Amino acid sequence: MTKKFTQSISKALENQNLAGILDRWNYPATRAKAYEGIDFEALRTQIAERKGYAADHLDELAEKFKKAAEARGAKVFRANSQQAAKDYITNLCKEKGVKKVVKSKSMASEEIHLNKHLAANGIQADETDLGEWIIQLAHQTPSHMVMPALHLTKEEVSDLFSKEIKQPLSNDIQQLVKVARKELREKFFNADMGISGANIAIAETGTIAIVTNEGNARMVTTLPKIHVALVGLEKLVEKYDDATPILTALPKSATSQLMTSYVSFITGPVANTDGSMKELHIVLMDNKRTEMAADPKFKQALQCIRCASCLNVCPVYRLVGGHVFGHIYTGGIGTILTAWFNELKTTSDIQGLCIGCGKCKEICPGKIDIPELILEVRRRLASKQGLPFIQKSALAVINNRRVFHSMLRAASIAQKPFAKEGFIRHLPMFLSGLSEYRSLPTVAPVPFRDLFKKIKQPKSTTKAAFFSGCAIDFVFPKIGEALVKVLNKAGIEVVYPEAQSCCGIPHWGSGAVEMAGLAAAHNIKPLLENDVKYVVTACASCTTALKKEWPHMLKDGNMSSLIPDAEKLAAKTVMFSELVNKLIEEKKLTPKDGQKLQKLTYHDSCHAKRHVGVYKEPRAALTAAGYELNEMAESDTCCGMGGSYTVKQPELSMSMLKRKLKNVEATGAEYVSAECPGCLIQLAGGLDKSGSKIKAKHPAELLVDRFK
Amino acid sequence: MFETFKTKATAVGSEVYRSSTKSEALELVLSLLKKEGIQDAPGSYAVWADSPFLKGLDTKALAAKIPGLKFEVTRQLAKDAKIGITQMDWGIANTGTLAQDSSAVAQRLASALTWIHIALVPTNSILKDLPALLSKTNSAKNGYLALITGPSRTADIERVLAIGVHGPERLIIVAVDELGGMN
Repeated sequence: MTKKFTQSISKALENQNLAGILDRWNYPATRAKAYEGIDFEALRTQIAERKGYAADHLDELAEKFKKAAEARGAKVFRANSQQAAKDYITNLCKEKGVKKVVKSKSMASEEIHLNKHLAANGIQADETDLGEWIIQLAHQTPSHMVMPALHLTKEEVSDLFSKEIKQPLSNDIQQLVKVARKELREKFFNADMGISGANIAIAETGTIAIVTNEGNARMVTTLPKIHVALVGLEKLVEKYDDATPILTALPKSATSQLMTSYVSFITGPVANTDGSMKELHIVLMDNKRTEMAADPKFKQALQCIRCASCLNVCPVYRLVGGHVFGHIYTGGIGTILTAWFNELKTTSDIQGLCIGCGKCKEICPGKIDIPELILEVRRRLASKQGLPFIQKSALAVINNRRVFHSMLRAASIAQKPFAKEGFIRHLPMFLSGLSEYRSLPTVAPVPFRDLFKKIKQPKSTTKAAFFSGCAIDFVFPKIGEALVKVLNKAGIEVVYPEAQSCCGIPHWGSGAVEMAGLAAAHNIKPLLENDVKYVVTACASCTTALKKEWPHMLKDGNMSSLIPDAEKLAAKTVMFSELVNKLIEEKKLTPKDGQKLQKLTYHDSCHAKRHVGVYKEPRAALTAAGYELNEMAESDTCCGMGGSYTVKQPELSMSMLKRKLKNVEATGAEYVSAECPGCLIQLAGGLDKSGSKIKAKHPAELLVDRFK
Repeated sequence: MFETFKTKATAVGSEVYRSSTKSEALELVLSLLKKEGIQDAPGSYAVWADSPFLKGLDTKALAAKIPGLKFEVTRQLAKDAKIGITQMDWGIANTGTLAQDSSAVAQRLASALTWIHIALVPTNSILKDLPALLSKTNSAKNGYLALITGPSRTADIERVLAIGVHGPERLIIVAVDELGGMN
């Protein structure tokens, strides 16, 4: 990570204006309200299919569009490069004597820095979307795809407007909006050309659809005699009614509205106010989109409808805003688009902002697996540039079970001067940042693999293999012990295959695919050795590896021959709370009678909730045992741990933790539970450091001794 | 259908009326013009774009009766008008949307530039949803199909809602039963 980038994060974290605005908006709730009564999954499947089809047929649809629009009198220019698009527009201006241009919002024009190019050619271009005009006056780039000036306060806007109209202005937002109306109205009337973007370009009819709330696109397309629409190729759809699912989703996802105030469907030129025919030019811009469509992994990014919902729900975006991303497109999808529209290497810093929590994937109306594509960016960077030496060495050590485990044993001795009550609260020198807001857990004196041998279990024919993962083995062996006790109550005998080692998620998440494949390969045979009914996990990240990712890791790590075994294993794998809940339902586990236990609140680990879909089961099992569940706000928002994220992005990780702890404290619960040792390290460390009375516990620890 | 339309349109800030006859609707429009102080001075005009509603009405007499009411919608008159009146072709019930073939520029000038947009719509042309509308409209006929849902709005400064940024501050919808419909 460059120093400049780290500084930009620190600076962004100091500016809490945007975070406050997003909180007040309460996007998740307002969005959900807008989607009431709509089958979102069906809707986004439709969008993904139709836009996916278009991505497969970009060239064909572009030609079809050109033909249809030209038959209606429009001029269509296919610009392969940014430069070709810019040249076409400036040459047109020169040819027609255009000196003044009004623009409605177009991300494509931001993408190619069109205004700068026009200015260099002596043409004045004024943005008319309020947010775009504000950032134009501030000489900034958009911080948000839908609300470009979201990072600025009304005071800052007032200053900008005062300078522009050379009059002092109040900070009243309603009045500021009227100032913009008055100023821009004159510009609409005096402009020689209007430039717009388009939200949809319909191939069969040659129609463009433009969506706005302010009504500026109606002015831009009506008042000047020439209209130029700059349209990215990804806006193409095949049929007229393909517009329906997009227009149904876009306002709801973008601004929590049922419908945007204005939608204009323009097919060919119409008459101007003086009776002459309008000149309509449509620039279909490629700028790497065709290359993207040809990439089997990244093709799906063309399904984006630019709603920016992935920004609104991103726990990182919410903290740092858009400018940290450094380019025009921001947030999760922005990282992916920047990797293509700019260069892959321009994302080497910003790809690291993604913690992989998966919130964006859940709500994307284009059904784009944004975290997976960012991970793919990471993989390609890693294979091109290699991983930093320290990171690579660390991952290699983790993969060597004997070395890693003996290092952990050594650490449990070395940590002694710093450890107290199972926590390390202060670390010296350069490590101090790690323990500034959060105590660190100590490495346990006896790992689970040694403890396990001393547990006396009743023999049973029903066997479960326990995959502990490194954290339970070396940091939280008590969770493992509790798990064995609970399963014994249900008549299940637990076996612990000794040869198991790291699940490979740290390697996978860092883009080190071959090392991840090796990690999967090390584990599969030992886990399948005994003829067990279940493979039980108690760590959400490991569960994701076993249930979902091992086949992918093996494939990308060139060990496909092991995939059938990995799939067999995945089918047997069950998360602890999932299994306990099933055993309660099957009456193989019976909670002790009349237990009224403490209040607890439940934190959903990203891996558990969004990768393997386990979130109802732990709640059901814990309440069945007698705990009183008090849900916290944003229970499924990331705690900021994210494996090595907390080391790579300590400031962001801690800011996410603070927000999480605030929500935990507000419940007044005695326990916060999570089925992920990583989250528990983060939560317990934060609670310890802040002197909270709330304890962070794994469901196994809370459920031990609660069954007959 | 009308009730759903009214609920949804009201929810986004439109004012919705219903008249059974054309003459009742005309009375309503004229009373609105009076209430808003329409007069023959720049900034206070009302422009009424050509529409089926006006067929059979003596527009000259109306213009003479109400100073400031213009049936000719030019660029300048629309700029100087407080109220614009147009007839919309369709409504969409589940989003409270109006739709119009706005290929004729006067329709856009009257509805986009003014402070108040009075939109007449045949009650029977209120359709269920967007797919229903797109199956009625035809790109071959509609060079400029406009969908309008509520007044002009923005939340670009601190996500605070502000009404009337470029287009109308008020959208007054009058559904007229007697206008029939295109269903």
